[in-house]
Amino acid sequence: MTQPPPVLENEFETEDIFVNMGPQHPSTHGVFRMVLTIDGELITDVTPYVGYMHRGAEKLCETMDYRQGIGYMDRTEYLANFNAELSYVMAVERLAELEVPERATWIRMILCELNRLSSHFMFLGAFGTDVGVFGTAFVYGFRNREVIQDLFEEITGDRLMFAYFRAGGLAWEVPDNFETRVREVLKDSREGLRELDGLMTQNEIFRARTEGVGVITAEDAIDWGTSGPTLRASGVPMDIRRDEPYLFYDQVDFDVITGDHGDVFDRFYGRIREASESIKIIEQCLERLEPGPIVPDRLPRMLRTPAGEVYTRTEAPRGEYGIYLVSKGGNRPHRLKIRSACLSNLQALRDMTIGGYVADAVVILGSLDIVLCEVDR
Amino acid sequence: MKGVLKSLGATANAFVRRPVTRQYPEMHRDLPERDRAFPILLWDDDIDEPYCTGCHACERACPVECMTVLMKDNPNHESVGGDSRRRKIIDKFWIDYARCMRCNICVEVCNFEAIAMNNTWTGHEVSVYDRADLVMDLPQLLAQHRAGELDEWVADI
Repeated sequence: MTQPPPVLENEFETEDIFVNMGPQHPSTHGVFRMVLTIDGELITDVTPYVGYMHRGAEKLCETMDYRQGIGYMDRTEYLANFNAELSYVMAVERLAELEVPERATWIRMILCELNRLSSHFMFLGAFGTDVGVFGTAFVYGFRNREVIQDLFEEITGDRLMFAYFRAGGLAWEVPDNFETRVREVLKDSREGLRELDGLMTQNEIFRARTEGVGVITAEDAIDWGTSGPTLRASGVPMDIRRDEPYLFYDQVDFDVITGDHGDVFDRFYGRIREASESIKIIEQCLERLEPGPIVPDRLPRMLRTPAGEVYTRTEAPRGEYGIYLVSKGGNRPHRLKIRSACLSNLQALRDMTIGGYVADAVVILGSLDIVLCEVDR
Repeated sequence: MKGVLKSLGATANAFVRRPVTRQYPEMHRDLPERDRAFPILLWDDDIDEPYCTGCHACERACPVECMTVLMKDNPNHESVGGDSRRRKIIDKFWIDYARCMRCNICVEVCNFEAIAMNNTWTGHEVSVYDRADLVMDLPQLLAQHRAGELDEWVADI
């Protein structure tokens, strides 16, 4: 009976090293720090640290009346401001039992979907940089995002911090050429998406870097509480716009995009396809847009709500953005809690990264499309 | 071959089209009429005094508490032989532009339409060397509208 050859263990001494990535690392999309434990090129452990951007937005909102809080919602989620504002004003409206006019709802829907589009363009650009092969993708993505951002500036007056939604409706009427401008932007975006799709999806190096990397199974993704494109990439068809329609999402026709493998590529490609769905939704909204009031007839000067609590959630570009609002009467919230999609998505980072290579850590983090302001609030 | 021609076409296109870069200090991009820079106060040309009566509405509504308002009796009021119908008028007004978050709420709550967001390019060029210089006082806040340099835009609701 022959013995198997002895396994050479510890031919020479090795030890794991710790690599501190962030908080000032350019590819961490803000101030996010993770400590990687590395065995050669393999990642054996990840410890993420969040909280560098914590400004206490939730607590600050408790000291302000309902209108003043809207500006702070913009600042928690600076890439999808309209979606963040929407969650908040919807919570206030439900507490105060306000009826939103039809026109205001359609405009809100158009703006939220446009914001999703601009956020996804930003993701595509930044993700191209993370993968490391393109500076081109960044410029392409930003070129198209800027067109949308210009439209927002024409409507609301500010390029980023809109403060445009109000409990009950909108702050003011959209410009007269709103419809034609939106159609122009959509034409531009469709063209830009096609270009980015050709530039990235069909690139062999890009696919080699992304396919099969950072895989998370559907069960794990659900367990970690991920939502949005991150969850759908794992094959879970969960979309709040379809499952729990708010605004008029039950009246428009769109597909819920899911992936098959739950890898980085699916998370990336899902967003491209989702952006096309957004364009489809906006076009349907424009058909339905009719003149009318944008605020309810009887809107008090200082909004007061009865005591109660409410949780509203919306499908923001990064996932479920929820607002839990407790009121004890009066004109300001007693407690406000922001359910951040990015924070939950970020928790899945450890499962995705362990066992991968160091170079993939940046790609996986990029594929989550985190906004650190939203994580830390 | 097709790719080479295509890229040559892109080069030729870039060669003849006008540049999109603007030489910033000399020229800047056009701002939309509802552009929001920092809030400024408006000047009533008919009576030659500010619209603002110092009612503290904006001060109370400001989320970041960047305003300080003091009112006084109007020396130009009808009861003392003047031609103004404003019993009270603004005495001192400071807005800390470093704190202001340009949310437009002060404009919404103003009862006298005395405050507006600056929608001209000068509103965006307020960089200074000292933070204290960003606290604007009443003459500074009134100057622009008094000189007639504000583009009018009134929100329609």
